Amino acid sequence: MAVQWTLTLLAIAALGAFIALPLIAVFVQAFDKGWAAYLTAVSDPNTLSAIKLSLLAVGIAVPLNMIFGIAAAWVIAKFRFRGRDILVSLIDIPFGVSPVISGLIFILLFGAGGWFGPWLEKYDIHIVFAVPGIILATIFVTFPFVARELIPLMESQGIEEEEAALVLGASGWQMFFRVTLPNIRWGLLYGVVLCTARALGEFGAVSVVSGHIRGETNTLPLHVEILYNEYNYAGAFAVASLLSVIAVVTLGLKKLLEWKTGRGTP
Amino acid sequence: MSNSFLKRASILPGFGPALGYTVLYLCLIVLIPLSAVFLKSVSSSWEHLWRTVTAPNVMAAYRLSFGASFIAGIVSAAAGFLIAWVLVRYDFPGKAFCDALVDLPFALPTAVAGIALTSLYTENGWLGRYLVPLGIKVAFTPLGVVVALTFIGLPFVVRSVQPVLADADRELEEAASSLGASRLQVFTRVIFPMVGPALLTGFAMAFARALGEYGSVIFISGNLPMKTEIVPLLIVTKLEQYDYAGATAIAVVMLLSSFLLLLGINILQRRTRRFMEADQL
Repeated sequence: MAVQWTLTLLAIAALGAFIALPLIAVFVQAFDKGWAAYLTAVSDPNTLSAIKLSLLAVGIAVPLNMIFGIAAAWVIAKFRFRGRDILVSLIDIPFGVSPVISGLIFILLFGAGGWFGPWLEKYDIHIVFAVPGIILATIFVTFPFVARELIPLMESQGIEEEEAALVLGASGWQMFFRVTLPNIRWGLLYGVVLCTARALGEFGAVSVVSGHIRGETNTLPLHVEILYNEYNYAGAFAVASLLSVIAVVTLGLKKLLEWKTGRGTP
Repeated sequence: MSNSFLKRASILPGFGPALGYTVLYLCLIVLIPLSAVFLKSVSSSWEHLWRTVTAPNVMAAYRLSFGASFIAGIVSAAAGFLIAWVLVRYDFPGKAFCDALVDLPFALPTAVAGIALTSLYTENGWLGRYLVPLGIKVAFTPLGVVVALTFIGLPFVVRSVQPVLADADRELEEAASSLGASRLQVFTRVIFPMVGPALLTGFAMAFARALGEYGSVIFISGNLPMKTEIVPLLIVTKLEQYDYAGATAIAVVMLLSSFLLLLGINILQRRTRRFMEADQL
């Protein structure tokens, strides 16, 4: 018993010091100068435009990666074909790439000296150091999330139900919307929640391709950095607290969905 | 079917379009952009490349990035194993909450983690005010880099060890202890061999993630030249100076090392899975 309690206390202490304390610190410092200062920082026009840009990037990146995730999982989980294992490994690549490099690749493609640079310049199209670059980098970084969640789930569900639907005369889309989609709905939502959290919070990749133009190419995490580097700590932590609330909600949703999909930790 | 050579027959529809879309999207978003890094790096001379990736400040950054990631991986492995053990084997009030908390570093934006950790460890921070008088400086030192990378790495270890521990057959431990093994012997001879591969996988994942980590580190590290500059920061610095060739050269070194690591992780995971499957027979 003594060993059990010592180990439990040690584990809680480690969780507290490494993980809980930083979270608490965000909220305490956000309200350091009181409610009025908090509300001023949060309702600042630059903060609002950062929120808008973050939502725009999420609104484009997440649906695209969701559609990709469903298509990829359908092919990989329901069919056996040559190159399947390679495809699975290739999908995971963005997880192994440093965020900074995820941004760099788009500069090499669309930057002034990049492959498409001269062409883009001719038509006055701005991709890097502008909003499209931020969206592209966000898509790249969150690319595997939905696919990764769906592949093992759809694999474990097998193909019998889909085959039954087809034999009974369902069309391909009927089968998908009435059988496949209802079967994967919680797993899909799980992947979308993780994808959204990462898309909202991405810093390194977005930082590299953003022009850091306040009110124009700043997402929420970049706005946190700017405020912090200006020694406006209360402002930085106020904006950070918004992101932290989203993180906490994400954790709650994640637990709920794990319970729904029956993979709750024992 | 013309594609029967490539794929096993199935009555399910949509293989062609779904595969086509998957491969196209993968190429457009991931493969073509990534290949730009490698093609760009071969376009400059070898000598220039070599000089860039072996410059003294870059070498110092490799040492810091690899060293701090390694230490953070070890700390994560130790603390993560302990946390996984307690979460699987013991019951205590607030256990579900603790379990949810483990994933916070996955969900919390790295920049937020970075400024929060920095504020904790500066001279008048909640932890810094006790550590600094003891001579332990965390903020703006390599130790700070380790702290940030441990925050990032911890959930990887917990989440890879936890399922294996939950799955492990406790009868083996009971058999060992009834045959006279001490607690320590049970741990080193029975538990550790079972969990070893998963622990190593968790360590490798934490290490790989730490190598590329940027947002949570740059605030607490202080970015002092030759002392606390991590490799991703050097890439950003070079980009800010419009030295695209230099940034690309360093990026290639990083990409190659993380691909090697991923390969290792893949092999390890296959072994763990085989072990778990064999266990269920």
